[in-house]
Amino acid sequence: MPRVSRWLVQASLVYLALGFTLGAVLLFNKGIPLTPVLVRLLPAHIEFLLVGWVIQLVMGVATWIFPRFGVPRSPYGSEAAAWLAFALVNAGVWLVGVGPFVAGQVGDVLPLIGRLAEAAGAVVFAANIWARVRASGLSPM
Amino acid sequence: MPILTRWFIKTSLVYFVAALVVGVAQAAHAPLSLASGLAAAGPVYVHLLVVGWITQMIFGVAYWMFPKDSAEAPRGNDRLAIAAYVCLNAGLLLRVIAEPTYALHPGAGFGRALGLSAVLQWLGGMGFVVNTWARVKER
Repeated sequence: MPRVSRWLVQASLVYLALGFTLGAVLLFNKGIPLTPVLVRLLPAHIEFLLVGWVIQLVMGVATWIFPRFGVPRSPYGSEAAAWLAFALVNAGVWLVGVGPFVAGQVGDVLPLIGRLAEAAGAVVFAANIWARVRASGLSPM
Repeated sequence: MPILTRWFIKTSLVYFVAALVVGVAQAAHAPLSLASGLAAAGPVYVHLLVVGWITQMIFGVAYWMFPKDSAEAPRGNDRLAIAAYVCLNAGLLLRVIAEPTYALHPGAGFGRALGLSAVLQWLGGMGFVVNTWARVKER
């Protein structure tokens, strides 16, 4: 597993732990009410698990296992592009997650910037892995 | 494919079908005047899909395919992995029962069942993270 995949997968495990923790707090608070403020954790819970955990894990595993033969320069594609996608997606997840806790207009703008960062990360990731979606050379088709 | 992976994946397939059945029942709730508990089953539908189906499928495949931890314990701590499976599913099933029921009968003790469900699912997730962490390595 290449270094950037390890970072993507271990980051996804961290988000799994964080997302499950927030989810447990939200569900516990639903059954045994502690404070209504905890409802503000919902956007971070969703973002951590959907983007931070599931999407980032897929990015890490795809970078690891997709066919590598015939890709120029690096067998895993551009390493710089993979790191850029990692940085953009992770910055985006946190900006979307903390938005509800920031007062005023900034709190409304942060999730927008976060989503833009995630979208940019998706573009960089897709462009970088595009050439690796091909026959592996090991199978007949 | 190790036996625990087969359990994870087959259970995830059951949740996949169950989630879509709940989705159909929810969509049919208003036009067919079905049981009012279905109106409160939105979070159950989402979590059957995201936790029961997607996350559990990932758990099973990762337990099978990730680099080996060591020659002695290639898939990490097997007891911890089994405990993660049991906690995750016990917690999710408890939620499926308790959440819509709690919405209809808030004072009937189902709130505590939701609290227990939260703890069980959290333990399941943490068990997987702890057991998988060391297997994210070069080879």
